[in-house]
This record gives sequence, C-alpha cells and structure tokens, in this order.
Amino acid sequence: MIEGMYRRVITRYGADPLHLLVLLACFTLAGYAASRVIVAGIWLGFLVWFVSAAIIHDLILYPLYAVADVVARWRPWHRLRPPPRAVQWPPVHDHVRVPVAFSGLLLLVWFPLIFRLSEDTYRASTGLDLSPYLGRWLLVTGVLFAGSALAYALRVRRRASRRERATPPRR
Amino acid sequence: MIAWLKANPPPGPFRPEFWRSPLRGPWLTSVFGLALLIGIPLVAITGLLSYAAYDPRLPANDTTPERGLLGFYFFGWPTEPVWLYRLTQGVHVILGLTLVPILLAKLWSVIPKLFLWPPARTVAEMLERASLVLLVGGAVFEFVTGILNIQLFYVFPFSFYPAHLYGAWIFLGAFLAHVAFKLPKMVRTLRSRSIREELRIGLDGTRPEPHDPDGLVPVSPAAPTISRRGVLGFAGGASLMMFGLSVGQTMDGPLRRTALLAPHGREYGPGPNDFQVNKTAAAMGVNPAETGDGWRLELAGPRAAPLRFSRAELLAMPSHTYALPIACVEGWSTVQRWTGVRLADLAVLAGARPGRDGVFVESLENGAFSKASLNAGQVADLRSLLALRVNGADLSLDHGFPARIIVPNAPGVHNTKWVRSLSFRPMST
Repeated sequence: MIEGMYRRVITRYGADPLHLLVLLACFTLAGYAASRVIVAGIWLGFLVWFVSAAIIHDLILYPLYAVADVVARWRPWHRLRPPPRAVQWPPVHDHVRVPVAFSGLLLLVWFPLIFRLSEDTYRASTGLDLSPYLGRWLLVTGVLFAGSALAYALRVRRRASRRERATPPRR
Repeated sequence: MIAWLKANPPPGPFRPEFWRSPLRGPWLTSVFGLALLIGIPLVAITGLLSYAAYDPRLPANDTTPERGLLGFYFFGWPTEPVWLYRLTQGVHVILGLTLVPILLAKLWSVIPKLFLWPPARTVAEMLERASLVLLVGGAVFEFVTGILNIQLFYVFPFSFYPAHLYGAWIFLGAFLAHVAFKLPKMVRTLRSRSIREELRIGLDGTRPEPHDPDGLVPVSPAAPTISRRGVLGFAGGASLMMFGLSVGQTMDGPLRRTALLAPHGREYGPGPNDFQVNKTAAAMGVNPAETGDGWRLELAGPRAAPLRFSRAELLAMPSHTYALPIACVEGWSTVQRWTGVRLADLAVLAGARPGRDGVFVESLENGAFSKASLNAGQVADLRSLLALRVNGADLSLDHGFPARIIVPNAPGVHNTKWVRSLSFRPMST
C-alpha cells in the first residue's frame, strides 16, 4: 500500500517525495527570513532589489555582452585584411574581447569608485577623495590591452617562424 | 494542451535553436558549479562568523534585533587568535570579490534554462524553478549589496545589516536545496570527462558536449570562437585579477599598494597615524572641542561613585604596548602598535572583577556604533587596551583621540574611538 502511495506521489508530483520535502524546507526558511524583513520594516525596498537581482544578469547583462560580442565579430570591422601573400594572421577576436571583458568586469564591480558616485560618503569616512580610481582603472585597462597585443604579436611571430621552417629554402 | 504548448514555443530564446554556443553543456556548468560549491560555503561561514563577532546578545551590539530564530549561534567572541577576524572577514570580502566572475560564468552557462519551454512540465519542476528565483536572486542580491556597501555607495533603500543577513538566509536555503538536487549529476558529469585532457584541447578540437536531456547543449551549435580551456582560463583569469587587485587591502607593507581597485587600501603618508581611516571624526559628528583638555574618561563599576580621569592621568598609569590588528567588517585590515592602559586595570579601579564583568563603552560620536559592549573575556585579555597612543605618537583625532578601545580579534566597530565612558558590569561570555 505504501509502495502504491509512493508511486502515486511520484506520478502526480513529478519527482521523489524527498524532493518536495527539501523544497518545502527551502521555502519555509525563505518565508521566515521574509517575515524578519517585514518586521525590520524594509520589505518593499528589499523585494524590489531582490527581484531586480534575480533578473539583472539574464535579462540585462547577458543581452548587453552578447550583443557586444556579436558586434565585435561583425564582418565590416574585419575588412582591413593583410595582403594574402603575407603569413596568415591568427584571429584577433580573443585578443580584443578578453581585455574588454576584464576591463568591463572591473567597471561593473567598482563603478561607484571609478565614476566617483560615492564621493561624499567616501570623503567623509576616509578623509580621502576618489580621484585616483579612474586613473587606476584606465591603467589596468591599458596593461590588459598591452599584454593582449604582446601575446598577439608573439603568436604571429611563432606562426611565421613555424611557416619558415615548414617551407624549404629556395635554391 | 501541454502537448500543444510544447510543440509551439514562442519565438526567440524560447526555441532551442536560439542558443548556439558550442561550449555550453553540463560539464562546463559543473566545473563552475564545483568552484562555487567550494567558494560559497566559505563566504557564507565567514559571513555568519562575522555576525557572531559582533556579540549581538550584549547590550547595544545587535544590528538586527528582529532576527528571531536566524541568530541562534551565540557564543562569546574570543580574543585568540588575534588574527582570526582579520582572516575570516578578509576571506568573506576578498573571496566574495574573487567569485564574481565565476558566478557570472555560471549564470551564462545555464541561461538557456531560463527560457525552457514549456516553463514547467510537472509540479516538481515548477516548485524547483521557483526555488531557483530565490537562488539566483539571493546570490546576486548578496553580492550586489556587499559590493556596494564596501564602496560606501549606499543607494539601497534599506539598512545593510538586516538586508544582507536575511538575504543570506534566503540564498543559503535555496543554495542547499540546489546542491542536494544537483550534486549527484555534477559528480557524474565531472567524472565523464577529464579536466586534464580538456586542457590539452585547443580551438580546432573543440566540439559540443554530447547531447543532454537538460537542454544545455545546443541543438544547432555555431562554430566555436574559443576553446573550452579558453573559457576556463577566461573565468579563472578574471577571478585572479579581482583577487590580485583587492587582496592588498588586508595586508601591511609594500603589498598594500597592490590594492589598486579596492576601497580601503589607500596610502595616507609616512607618519605614525598614517594608516587607513574608516570614519573621520567630522563624519561621526565628534566636536573637536570636546576632545581637548576638558575631556574626562568616566569610569563606572560596582564601586559606588564613578571616577573621572583626564588624559594626563591615564598617561601616568602603567602603560602597555602591543601590535594588534584592526580589522573592518568591510574586509580591510592593518596591524599597528598601540599603547595604552589595560582594560583589566581600569576594571579593577572601577571595583569590577576581570573575567566576570564586561564593559559598556560609550563614545563622543553619533550613530549606530556610538555604544558597544565587550564581553568578560575581552576585558580580561591583558592585550585589551584603552589606547592613547599609536606607533609612538598620540592618536590623531581621526584615529580616536583622546582615547580608543583596542581589543584583540574584535571587529573594527567594537574598537570604539573617542571613548567617553566605560561602565564595567556583569556580562556572561
């Protein structure tokens, strides 16, 4: 009989009853924490920020960086090609998008410092202003691009020397 | 009805052909999942420890009085090892920053599942997806509020302490449920493909993972533009960068200068008082006139009449010097050499018994941390000082002149600056 009930739950519910138990525990905890948020008197702001947090990556950040990546790979940018007799150039795409993404990540995390958005509270708290951060971010960005360009140059050279070795010298 | 829905998904992301990255698949998601499975519990445990470090059951220490059952782990915060809070809170903040790229990579890797069609086939699936709202919302909420708070960018319409604590519980419940459901699959998937072999495969050899029933592997994959090891290196490298540019704010010496993008790794100069200020006297509403010659420390205890001491009288008492860290909840820390009178000596003067009595500290400052309680163990520790000097010089006004508390291993806000009165009284540990 228990066997039959168990199977009925699985067909009706769609998973093991333990699955339901774990989720009920999860929702109970969340509900209780939500009740504390209400008692703290901050529920409206909390709810708005929580829901925004749930969608910000998938519906805002993702489309932004996906579109940026598509634009970066768009054909017209790549028309300026080296003459065909030269060595075949390795794709430049990664050497652009990696420094852009790293720099963008730093901006995403530290934009209040970089754009001096918390200037007043920061100055009152630490006695210093936020002026160095924009320069530091640009410096790191510059180093990222320079490093990426260097890596690209090394790749081109390696490819060229490999090709030279591969083609026998002319008589 | 279900069959009709299934056969007719709305256009765009709801159709499986929309998602074309040949790298998405259960293996890649599992690698990011494993990294988070190691990192998130560390951030969570250190966060909960920080809650305990405030000793919230003592008077004036509780920043979340409405917490109910969510603050059940009470124990007297120890003074040993002195670097414990420096370490745990450094881990909480710096590891949190380090995990940002991994969290983003994980969210990227599973995005097709947001647009699963039909949205749920069974009640179980529907409930599990509801828990994912708590998981993703909770994770991003905790990261965002934490990251904005350490930059002092208070744009959120709520106090940080309750929001970050209750948000954490919501997130952790959903996190544990998610781990319970996915752990077997993660282990199975990671075993199916060796990471060492994967790291040998370049762009030319990169193929989609084998078809999976969960819909992460694309049905019509595009040509890869980066190898799988490239994606791992990309996320790992971004993590290293976040770490490397911020970890310096937990260090002293030349390494502190490496904290180029961290809010509290700043240089003040070469002087004895030139180390990180967290809150200036002006910001805390401390009137410099009250800190002058007229300042008196009020000392109360089981003795009948309170005592009053000028700064000169305190300087004439036996003084002790210790190198102790000051470690902030915002993740920065620094070790300085503090000189002052032992709290235990002041307790005896007030007629209290070190080891039994704690102390209630009041400051000249305004705001939430103008009062704090220290437990009996903290008072009894011989390195706990009412500091008057630092690195051989008088405290500067911004570092708490005329006198401040320094207690080994206490969170920064309990090292009260501009102390006005000390009241020794029984407090359990």
